[in-house]
Amino acid sequence: MLKLKVNEIDIEVEEGLTVLQACEKAGVEIPRFCYHEKLSIAGNCRMCLVELEKSPKPVASCAMPAAEGMNIKTNTEFVEKARKGVMEFLLANHPLDCPVCDQGGECDLQDQSMFYGVDKSRYKENKRAVSEKNMGPLIKTQMTRCIHCTRCVRFATEVAGVTEIGAIGRGEDMEITTYLEQSMQSELSANVVDLCPVGALTSKPYVFEARPWELKKTESIDVMDAIGSNIRVDTYGWEVKRILPRINEDINEEWISDKTRYACDGLLNQRLDTPYIKYNGKFEKASWNEVFNIIKSKFKNADKNKICGMSGDLINMESLYIFKEFFNKTLGSYNVESRSDHTYLNSKKRENYLFNSTINGIEEADFILLIGSNPRYEATILNARIRKAYLQNKTKIISLNDVGDLTYPYESLDGDIENIKKITEDNHEVSSLIKEAKKPLIIFGQSSLKTKSAKYIFESVKSFLKKNNKMSDEWNSLNTISENASTVGSFDLGLYKTVDGSNEVLKDLENHMFEIVYLLGVDNLKFEKKNEFVIYQGSHGDKGAEIADIILPGAAYTEQNGYFTNLEGKIQKAYKASFPPEEAKEDWLIINELAEAMNHRKLFNDKDELDSSLLNQINLFIEKDKSIKSSTVENVEFKQEILKIENEDYYYSNAIARASKTMLECKTAKVNLKLTGTEG
Amino acid sequence: MSLRRPSKNQPEDFDFNPASLAAAKLIIAKYPKDKQQSAVMALLYIAQKQNSNWIPLVAMKYIGKFLDMPYIKVYEVATFYTMYNLAPVGKNFIQVCTTTPCMIRGAYKLVEACKEKISENENELSKDQSCSWMEVECLGACVNAPMLQINDDYYEDLDKEKTLKILDKILTGETPKPGSYRGRLNNEPENNRKTLMDLKNA
Repeated sequence: MLKLKVNEIDIEVEEGLTVLQACEKAGVEIPRFCYHEKLSIAGNCRMCLVELEKSPKPVASCAMPAAEGMNIKTNTEFVEKARKGVMEFLLANHPLDCPVCDQGGECDLQDQSMFYGVDKSRYKENKRAVSEKNMGPLIKTQMTRCIHCTRCVRFATEVAGVTEIGAIGRGEDMEITTYLEQSMQSELSANVVDLCPVGALTSKPYVFEARPWELKKTESIDVMDAIGSNIRVDTYGWEVKRILPRINEDINEEWISDKTRYACDGLLNQRLDTPYIKYNGKFEKASWNEVFNIIKSKFKNADKNKICGMSGDLINMESLYIFKEFFNKTLGSYNVESRSDHTYLNSKKRENYLFNSTINGIEEADFILLIGSNPRYEATILNARIRKAYLQNKTKIISLNDVGDLTYPYESLDGDIENIKKITEDNHEVSSLIKEAKKPLIIFGQSSLKTKSAKYIFESVKSFLKKNNKMSDEWNSLNTISENASTVGSFDLGLYKTVDGSNEVLKDLENHMFEIVYLLGVDNLKFEKKNEFVIYQGSHGDKGAEIADIILPGAAYTEQNGYFTNLEGKIQKAYKASFPPEEAKEDWLIINELAEAMNHRKLFNDKDELDSSLLNQINLFIEKDKSIKSSTVENVEFKQEILKIENEDYYYSNAIARASKTMLECKTAKVNLKLTGTEG
Repeated sequence: MSLRRPSKNQPEDFDFNPASLAAAKLIIAKYPKDKQQSAVMALLYIAQKQNSNWIPLVAMKYIGKFLDMPYIKVYEVATFYTMYNLAPVGKNFIQVCTTTPCMIRGAYKLVEACKEKISENENELSKDQSCSWMEVECLGACVNAPMLQINDDYYEDLDKEKTLKILDKILTGETPKPGSYRGRLNNEPENNRKTLMDLKNA
């Protein structure tokens, strides 16, 4: 520990901190532009100057290591004068366009100039003019405002792992740009908008939409992937204007993926706002009573074994729970399924479908094996963590398939399942790597769980890990990247019907065994409809609504309170930021009212009762799960197969993203870049 | 000075010729393994030499691949240093020193000569596209002021007449004799030595 003084107050700090961090420990705030906790230190804005005893000149505190016996002063006239001088230089070329700048109200330069700015300019020269740069469909540039802090450059190089932004020219002519003004090829690109301390990089889809003080801010959880990134939803009336990240060091640190951030304009388009009934192939508006009556009579006349319910990818746990209760109690049917494809599921124990090492654990791992996964698209934030682990520890990473650029180097095998066989039979170099590693990380991607040999891959690797003691309470190296936000929640609540891991409901559905199909927000189902009567409940007029006979308009994730369990098994609550449009209702309410219409009894009296019942159920389930001994399935038949990574359409993976204009633009930008071949 | 931008007319492809390749490998060998990026400046200069005194974007890309570094990093270096030309400057690239000692000794006369013979403006190709000129800061030959540099050679002790003659030769494709144009050997004193008379080889 180091003893030092900040403004005459004695404090003790750990070694290895900078003067700026030491000051923060002492509760003294230091103004800064270029310094950022998650990025490397640049020390080029000079705003964080402090006075150091025995130093004749002010010192840039962000780049100065704290040392024993330092006497730091931050509130002297000397410091104020130094900072005022720096601010005057920064403002010399910064345009006075705050009234038309989107950063206004949340601008670091604006805020800090309230303290250190001079009220009039001493410069008579013209201000520097810099042309706008193209950085793709998400980032709007106004480079005249740039103060050259290089946060964006460091973010792209260090965190995103795509070295595409740089500073060209020198001195006063320095300009920040992407290479030849191409759009940035990263799924994390829009985080530079948050990082930019001024209005140089702003959000293109959000341009001139609203001022920060006009927006209602709701802290919530993202559903675009299974990570469960912590977000803040900013709404103006009904409209969700933008989505920003919230800091959660255990999950998303302070980044969110572009899809999380920009799919929100999909919440405004393609919405189902009133119940519909299909007559002669055409949808017609109806009232809630009408549709409930039709559904009631349909269910009354149907054999309960010929009814099935499927739940979708963005559904919160309350709705999943009441959906299951509705089927089990009201209809007496057990054909409820949450998987909309033939994903293998071993539901015996929770560890079989969780990311057991946790996202934080990735940084501790000393060996990573990816099986049938492209984490860059399946879980962007998780991929950023793997990159962080690689940068910190030079973690060795091997992927079964070559999946292209993952932003870190990895070795790839040829994708043949034969490799898995060899590895698990201790007959492959990877086997010894796993055995030697103290904390190996085996990650199953969706592609590996969807193939025909999914059961073999999963179970043989699991028993290999088990045999070599890589699955203990301290470190469980078995990890699955769940596909959707509601995947883990659905499995926890038992929304599956299976004996050997296959999707029995879907098989029956494909064989047209059902008369009535109830889809709860299911939009990724590949299913050719024959004579089934399809009820679709959801928020968007997407693939699910297309095949429906009756549409029940539901709410999107920003329009209802709901729990989501992320891929690590963490339960988080998403809060209601907006409300469902027009006639649409919250999902749980629709099902509750339908149950009431069916047999004059609500399933739950109100949301509180549902919530407490749900949490009870989950807690009991997790308690029970702990007591189950983890077991392995032996002797699964091996089939020769080459594992293919499904090239997931990243920007189009769910109903909200498909309704989003911004996502379409991102997709086109990516396709265009590939066509011109300029990517290298 | 303002930000220099890459030329609008860019060639399609670029490869090191055998001589450049050998030179590049020699440079890279000086750096430890995995630190070959340090050779970027030297390689840019080699590329510039090979490609008649300027660096096209494809060359930057080529060097980026050659050294296994992101293109933007090469681009940053190339735009930072003014001695890398990002647009064609012609086979003969003329740099006139106009820093104080040369200026006092009449460097602007040399500039006038360049304007007459080559092009009206700086950084503009002559009519036959073979050369261009620009004003530069001190080239370190103040003793022989005023002077100019054509490619690798210094032409010293000039005046307007002599410059015009040199430029004429350049434009007809000849290479004029480099060095002093007042008959001096290197930068020895004019009108014979005045000091160190007793030393034979001083």
